[in-house]
Order: sequence, then structure tokens, then C-alpha cells
Amino acid sequence: MPSEVTPAPASLPGKARGNARGPSDGQIPGMPPTDINNPQYFHKVVDCQWACPAHTPVPEYIRLIAQRKYAAAYMLNWESNVFPGILGRVCDRPCEPACRRGRIEDKPVAICRLKRVAADYKGDVDGMMPVMPPEKNGKRIALLGAGPASLTVARDLLPLGYDITLYEKDPAGGGLMRTNIPSFRLPITVLDEEVDRVVNLGVHTKFGQEITSLKSVLDENYDSVFVGTGAPRGKDLNITGRAEADEQIHIGIDWLTSVAFKHTESVGKKVIVIGGGNTAMDCCRTALRLGGEDVRVTVRSPKADMKASDWEIEEAEHEGIPIFDNHNPKEFVVEDGKLVGVKFEIMRAEYDDTGRRKLLPTGEEVTFECDAVLMAIGQDNAFPWIERDIGLDFNEWEQPIVDKTTMMSTRPGVFFGGDSAWGPENIIWAVAHGHAAAISIDKHCSGGDIADRPAPGSNLVSQKMGIHEWSYDNDYDAQHRTAVPHADLKISLANLAVEVELGFDEKLALKEAERCLNCDVQTVFTESTCIECDACMDICPVDCINFTENDAEEPLRAALRVPALNADQDIYVSDVLNTGRVMVKDEDVCLHCGLCAERCPTGAWDMQQYFYAETQVSKVTHAHHSAYLR
Amino acid sequence: MSYIQKPAAHHPALPKNKLGHTRRDYEASMSTLCAGCGHDSITAAIIEACYRMDLPSHRIAKVSGIGCSSKSPTYFLGRSHGFNSVHGRMPSVSTGANLANRDLVYIGVSGDGDTASIGLGQFCHAVRRQLNMTYIVMNNGCYGLTKGQFSATNDKSSPSKKGQANPFDAIDLCQMAISLGAGFVARSFSGDKAQMVPLIEAALSYNGFAFLDILSPCVTFNNHTTSTKSYEYIRDHYQMTGRLDFVPQMDDIKVEYDTGTSTDVAMHDGSMLRLHKLDDSHDVRSSDEALMAIRKSAAANEVATGLLYINDEQRDLHDVLATDGRPLNSIPMSELCPGSDTLAKINKSLA
Ligand SMILES: Cc1cc2nc3c(=O)[nH]c(=O)nc-3n(C[C@H](O)[C@H](O)[C@H](O)COP(=O)(O)OP(=O)(O)OC[C@H]3O[C@@H](n4cnc5c(N)ncnc54)[C@H](O)[C@@H]3O)c2cc1C
Ligand SMILES: Cc1ncc(C[n+]2csc(CCOP(=O)(O)OP(=O)(O)O)c2C)c(N)n1
Ligand code: SF4
Ligand code: SF4
Ligand code: SF4
Ligand SMILES: [Mg+2]
Repeated sequence: MPSEVTPAPASLPGKARGNARGPSDGQIPGMPPTDINNPQYFHKVVDCQWACPAHTPVPEYIRLIAQRKYAAAYMLNWESNVFPGILGRVCDRPCEPACRRGRIEDKPVAICRLKRVAADYKGDVDGMMPVMPPEKNGKRIALLGAGPASLTVARDLLPLGYDITLYEKDPAGGGLMRTNIPSFRLPITVLDEEVDRVVNLGVHTKFGQEITSLKSVLDENYDSVFVGTGAPRGKDLNITGRAEADEQIHIGIDWLTSVAFKHTESVGKKVIVIGGGNTAMDCCRTALRLGGEDVRVTVRSPKADMKASDWEIEEAEHEGIPIFDNHNPKEFVVEDGKLVGVKFEIMRAEYDDTGRRKLLPTGEEVTFECDAVLMAIGQDNAFPWIERDIGLDFNEWEQPIVDKTTMMSTRPGVFFGGDSAWGPENIIWAVAHGHAAAISIDKHCSGGDIADRPAPGSNLVSQKMGIHEWSYDNDYDAQHRTAVPHADLKISLANLAVEVELGFDEKLALKEAERCLNCDVQTVFTESTCIECDACMDICPVDCINFTENDAEEPLRAALRVPALNADQDIYVSDVLNTGRVMVKDEDVCLHCGLCAERCPTGAWDMQQYFYAETQVSKVTHAHHSAYLR
Repeated sequence: MSYIQKPAAHHPALPKNKLGHTRRDYEASMSTLCAGCGHDSITAAIIEACYRMDLPSHRIAKVSGIGCSSKSPTYFLGRSHGFNSVHGRMPSVSTGANLANRDLVYIGVSGDGDTASIGLGQFCHAVRRQLNMTYIVMNNGCYGLTKGQFSATNDKSSPSKKGQANPFDAIDLCQMAISLGAGFVARSFSGDKAQMVPLIEAALSYNGFAFLDILSPCVTFNNHTTSTKSYEYIRDHYQMTGRLDFVPQMDDIKVEYDTGTSTDVAMHDGSMLRLHKLDDSHDVRSSDEALMAIRKSAAANEVATGLLYINDEQRDLHDVLATDGRPLNSIPMSELCPGSDTLAKINKSLA
């Protein structure tokens, strides 16, 4: 509320101010018109797809689910991210914090669990899968490690006739998805189905074969080698008592692996899990299912700073596992050669002016009794088996030097991806790296320039079917996020293999799908037809649209009806309009409801579906995407 | 007309006024007018003005006649009182309501047909009686609702969409209002919220008859290239007489009368108008100068807009009639209807 005299905002340029009609003479200072032909402009508006490392076309697959076209929804996912059934359960889901819905109300669309719906109800999709060529192209590729990164490279390259050999030290493929992600989150059948689908495209598998020398692999004259061996070394904690208690102290990821292969089937009654990441959450929940009665998680930092995803913490707490924060392990207490407890010093966090955190001991100490400790304090990518004299350079932290775009190391023809490249990430990043590496490998093998990346495909299609009819459901649904039903706690805690989440049934799925705002249906503005009647500005429920004097970006953002303070979101600026003003739309919280287009008398606004597809190396693993492109 | 409702979801950072309401809280049903109708922009400006003035919706009464313009009260202030009356009869309904309850804020909405044709007589008397209300004419030069016939405000030079000539000269409602003694007269354009919103705020805080003639293109029937009430024509022939700031609380602002470049007008309710004059603009306190200015612009084929005239000493109808200070609904029944003995006394005194 203005309570002092502030000059009225600039009124219409009428006679009194001289008529500033006609298009820009280039003199008006301010932002240049937005280039909506840049494929990344509208891509960025699709927050979820933009945030997904593999750029899965989320809103389109959600619409397919709403139409009960599960197989088609599955295939769009499979082409983008190779493991929809797996990811629909355990993806780190960077799309969800990005989801526009989360900025309008508190909770994003349950994008991940809708992906699972596509997988659960897809039926038989074998006939929709790409057909492999009968002829090989004569090029041989070695993939080291059978995690999601390598499997993606295999899936992308096999249709081009590459001969693929996959080396894996474990007896089966899948990497950490098999060895570390517990089956109560990811059932073996789901894992097998999607891993086998890739392997059965024609991969030569060498399971149970550990690579101990990269040189010897290179000696076999492969045309390219892809290192997808992950980050297999769990960090340890060398404090008093570590050596004496060794038998009862386990490295989290190794322990989960031995559980996965049934080498470990029980754990002590009193278990302390040290660490605050997702591995810690999997360790504690697994321990609870292997007979742990008093399972506790301890974290050095305040709980708010824990690395684990919120939903993982929620699940652990729901199962009754307490989390002790600000507990820094000082000593493993050993009596008569046996571990009997862990001594912690209690910490407190202090933040300096820049917000940087310092953990300081309070002086207080506490000891928790235990008979087993699971250490989940991080992982490294480690390469004792890579010789340092083969032209493959490492940096000062013993990490291979890998190009961010091409995934190639300093030795031409050797590529990295997934956790092996820059340390632990997640499955969807491993997949994205795999796609990028496959493009590079193909270029490398065919003598192309690997720095020359293929342009993405995109297409913008009007959704107008009538004056107020659109080919998408534009009605905003005020529904809150739908909770996923869970198995009975008693049953799931008693059996490691029982999946905790039951997934949405079709009814719940439809309810949740309706929450999606269709952010890919873009508001497209045509300056030349706008008569500046303000109808769109007046109707917009979230005050996105403005007609104003142009200015530099910062003052322009500040001067909007609701200032556009979310700098991560672009503002869409038109060319100069008849009155000399410009249209400025803040993309931030647009509901994509199409009311602007419905209330525009001249069709200056149109709702157009933007389909964006990352180009992959082979067309046949992209057929469902290509169908959307011109 | 859209099939979907405007979602209740709003921008999470939408500011609130002193009553804790957002601008959205002053909305009502979604408009059923043609897309692009100027009336919808005036609706939005009324919403904005009420929001900015922290007006409680339940203390506002909207009264209208018949026409697309007169439908628009359905689209703003959904929690206010409203009476959609008969064609041309908004002034008499407003007069009755106002006499019964002087405490409400009255917004009369009418069209050029509703006011300048069938309701002209009613309009004249509401002005003459200095009814305390804001009277808005959404002026599109035609009868929009009945498919675009010429109205009495359509310019002689402005043929119909199909090319039919208009044989009569236009009635200029602002000139009429000034001549009839309106205390506050302004003209604006639906396509110029920056000008419209402070004018509506000023009109709402004015104690007396405040008249707003707002040019409001009818996109469907009177927005063609030969119309003088089209978006394009109005923009091309738009003349601002000055710029107005509405200052809701003048406590800490010094009122500076007539500095040469600006004129300050203190309002009854503690607010203030500060009018920034443009070089050759007239004295807004002089009705003669105001009438001259309007005529001069018209002769030059231009439309004078802004605050055209203000009489800051006007007395409103209740003042003139020296009515009871209370609205009827707060006067005890025994006073309102003193009974047959009192009646007999009165009759006797007349005998
Ligand atoms: C406990 C835990 C839980 C996780 N939960 C999730 C989750 O819910 N969601 C998510 O997205 N991510 C999760 N992650 C991370 C995710 O599993 C990894 O980021 C991802 O699997 C990395 O894929 P990758 O292909 O790079 O390698 P990996 O999956 O690590 O696979 C590497 C493979 O290489 C093999 N290998 C290594 N060295 C050699 C060698 N010398 N010779 C032959 N074979 C070798 C390994 O045996 C392994 O099979 C989790 C990780 C852990 C530890
Ligand atoms: C007594 C009566 N006579 C005629 C009509 C038909 N009629 C309905 S609206 C209208 C004119 C409305 O014109 P205006 O007030 O300018 O409103 P607009 O639709 O242009 O906004 C007329 C003549 C009527 N409803 N009632
Ligand atoms: S609302 Fe839908 S399209 Fe928009 S970001 Fe969320 S999931 Fe993606
Ligand atoms: S689609 Fe148009 S009206 Fe709807 S929220 Fe977005 S800009 Fe506003
Ligand atoms: S509704 Fe259409 S014509 Fe009117 S201002 Fe918006 S874009 Fe321009
Ligand atoms: Mg009219």
C-alpha cells in the first residue's frame, strides 16, 4: 500500500507524451525479445523435464497415464531413462523438487510414483521394443562394470550393430541397483526384467570377471572402452577400537552387497548405523529386517543437514528407527575383544555470517551400547586397477579427468560414466552419462568429432480445438498430493523381500495425474495481433502477464504486478507493442490453464504443446519420441 | 465464455492489503462477456481500486441497469451487496438504497445505452441530487448486449461495423454531468489502468456524485477500423489532461495547494488527490474551464481524459436534506414508525 506520494505508473503514451507507436526503432532500452526458437527456452519452462538428467518428457507421459495408455507412457520412459520400473521406485527424482506444482502449493506432483504406474500396468511391451540389426558393424566395445551407466551405453549402441562385451565382477548385472538397493524398495523381479531386457538385446556378458588391469583390456584392441565401475569403496573411520572391533564393524555398501547375495542373513540385536545419507537409511532398514531390535542411526550434523532424501528419512522413522543427530563417533568401546558400544561426543552447529556451518563439540559425551556397527559415511571412486602410465590422467584427488560433455578421459577411446566419473551420484545421472558416452563412442568409432553434439529435437503444436477447447485438460485441479499406499508394517518388517510401497492403483494414479499442470503446453505470444486490451492480464489467476515499459532485467522483474523474484525462472519478453510497451510474462508459477488464450480476442496467445527430445545415438531407441517430432 | 472456472490458486507471493485480503479476494464469478471486452478491464480496475483502498466488501453496494456493462458487477466484489435493476433505472434504485443506508459505498455501473438513452432522465436527477455514489459508465458507443446498435454516445463520424452512417451527434456525458452539477467528473479508457485505478480510488473516496465516463471498446460490434470507440482510435486520439495520484492517508503528507505544476485536493475521508498538471491543462476546480477543455479537445478530434472537474465543497444529498445521520436499519423501530398517535398528531397539524 503506497502511503506516500509516489508518481503514478507510466500511463498510456497518448498525445500528451507523444505517440510512441510502431515497432521498435532499436532506441528503447531494456531486454531484447525472448528467443522462443531457442529449443532450451521452452524446455526450461517444463521444470520437471529440464531437471531430469535424461530429460524424460514427464508431462506427456503423465497425460498418457491419465488416458490409461500405460504401454506408451512406459515406452517414452524406457527410451529416455532405460529403467522406468526401477526408477519409478527408487529414482532420486530431481524432477520433483523442480516441479512447478510445488511452488503453487506445498507438494509437487508424485512424478516418480506415476512412472511406476506406467511400469506396473504396461502389460506386454515386447512388441514395442526396437529390433536389433542382423548385421554387426564390425566395431567392438568393452563395457567395464554392469551398472546402469554401462547398461545404458549397451542399449544405445547395440541397435547400431556394435559388438558389446560387458565385464562384471559380480555374478549378475545391475550394479548397485542389485547389490545395494534393498529388495524391500526394489523387488528383484522388477530389477531382473529391466536389466535382462538390455542384456538380451545381445550383450556378451562376462559376469564374475573382475578387471584388474585396464592395460590388459586395452590390449584386446577394442574400438572403445567404457568404464562404468561405479564408486565401490566405502569410507572407513579410523578411531580408537576400530581394529579390535573389526569383526562387528561393517562398511555399509559391502554389507548391503553381502545381504543382497545372501552371504549375510543376520545382524546383531543392537545395531548402530553411522551416517546420514541414503546408504545409512538402507542399512538401518535392512538391519531391522535381519533381526535388529534396537537399531539407531547417528549423524554428526544437525538433522536438517542430513544428506538422505526426506522421503527416505520419513520411511526409516515410520519404521520406528530413531535418528540421533549431532553425534560424532569418538571411540569404539571394546571389552574382552568384543565391541560393546560406541562413544559419541555431542556436537553443536554454529553458523558464521556467510551461513557457513561449523560443528563444535559441546564437551558432552554419550555411549550407546551395541553389538554391530554399520558404517555409511560415503563412498569414493577408486581405480587401483588402472595403470597410471597409459595416457589416462588423474587429478590430485586421484580422480580420472573426464570431459563433462563427451565423457571421454584424456586417453582417446576410453570413456567414463556414472559414479566412476565424478564420484557417487544416482541412477538417473548414470543413465544420462551413458547416453552421452554412447554418442561419443559412436563418433569416435566412425571418425567424427566427438565435441560436435547432436542438436535436440523439438516441436511446438497448437492445442486449440475450438474457442474454449483444447486438446489437453486445462482445468486446474486443486487436489493435494496423493499418498502411496504402504504394505502392513508387520508384514514388511518380517521379510526383506516384501516391497514396502504398494504403488498407486489406477484410481489413485488418475487422481494424481490430474495434478500435473501440463507445463509443456506453452503460452506462445504473437506481438503483431495483440491489441493490448489487457484481457489476458486480468484473467491470469497467478498474475503472470504484464504490459509495461521495457527495462533492464532486474528493474523489469521488480516492476511486475507480482515481482518476478525467482531468478531461476525466466521472464518472457515480447517485442515492442503498438503503445511502445512490451508484454512480460513471468514463467515462474504459470498454471498453464490457457485462460489467457481463451480470453484473448485476437488469438495473440496460443497454447502450444512443446515436445522436447534429447537426441540419442540410435533412432530406433527413440522411435516413440520421434513420433512427436515433425 | 470459458468452460473452466478461474482457478482459486493464486501467486504465492500475492500481497495482502490491511484487511488481509489479496486482490483476488475482490473478484467474483468469471466474466461471460466477449473476450477482449473493455468492460472486463474496468472490472479489473475496480477490483484493484477496492483492494488498494482496503475496502471491506460487505460495506459496498453495486447497482446496475441492463447491458453488458450492467452485467459486470457479477464479475467483481463477489462478497458485496448488489442489485441488477431494470434498463436505465440504476439511478433511482441507487437513490433509494442510498437514502435508506448512507453508510455503504455505492458503485453504480451503467452503459452508454443504459445512461444516455433509456436512463437519461434518471441520470440527470441523480446528478442533480448530488447522490453520494460513484457512477461509472462503460462507454462503448453502442448497445453491446443487443448486438451493437448505435448508442447516443456514438460519434456522428463513426459508422457501424457494416458501414451504416450515424445521423446524430453524440451526447457527451461528461459535459452533461458538469452542467448538471456533478462534483467529480473524469474520463478514462479501459486500456489504461495506470490512469483508471487512481481515478476510481478518488471517485470512491469522493463525498458526493462522482461520475466516471470510461471509454470501453466493444470488441465484437464497435472495434472496427472506422469506429471512434475502438482500441486503436482511442489510443491515437488520447489526450491526457493531467496525471493523478491517489494518496490514501495524507497524515504525513503536506497538502500544497496549486503550486503551478500540481494541485492537491484533500478528501473528506482523510485521503488526498494530487493532480500533476500537464503544460496546457485547465484548472480542474473551474467548471467553465473544464467544459471548455472538453470541447476544445473534441473539436480537435481528441478525447480529453483524466480528472476533468472537481468541486471539493459539494454537499451530498443527505447533507442537503439534513437527514438523520444513521442508516434506517440502525434506527429503532419506535423512532422509524412512531405509531398511530404521532400520525394522528401530524394529520391534525395539517388540518
Ligand atoms: C545403499 C545405496 C542406495 C542407493 N539408493 C539409490 C536410490 O534409491 N536411487 C538412486 O538413483 N541411486 C541410489 N544409489 C546410487 C546408485 O545406485 C548409483 O549411483 C548407481 O548405481 C551408479 O551406477 P553406475 O553404473 O555408475 O555404477 P554401479 O551401479 O556402481 O555399478 C558398477 C558395477 O561395476 C562393477 N565393478 C566395479 N569394479 C569392477 C571391476 N574392477 N571389474 C569388474 N566389475 C567391476 C561393480 O560390481 C558394479 O556392479 C544408491 C547407492 C547406494 C550405495
Ligand atoms: C426496457 C428495456 N428496453 C430495451 C431493452 C433491450 N436492451 C437490453 S441492453 C440494451 C442496451 C444496452 O446498451 P448499453 O447500456 O450501452 O450496454 P452495453 O451492452 O453496450 O454495455 C437494450 C436496449 C431492455 N432490456 N429493457
Ligand atoms: S506440474 Fe507436471 S509438467 Fe509441471 S513440473 Fe510438475 S510434473 Fe512437470
Ligand atoms: S496459462 Fe495464461 S492465464 Fe493461465 S496461468 Fe499461465 S499465463 Fe496465466
Ligand atoms: S488478451 Fe490478447 S489482445 Fe488482449 S492484451 Fe492479451 S494478448 Fe493482447
Ligand atoms: Mg454500450
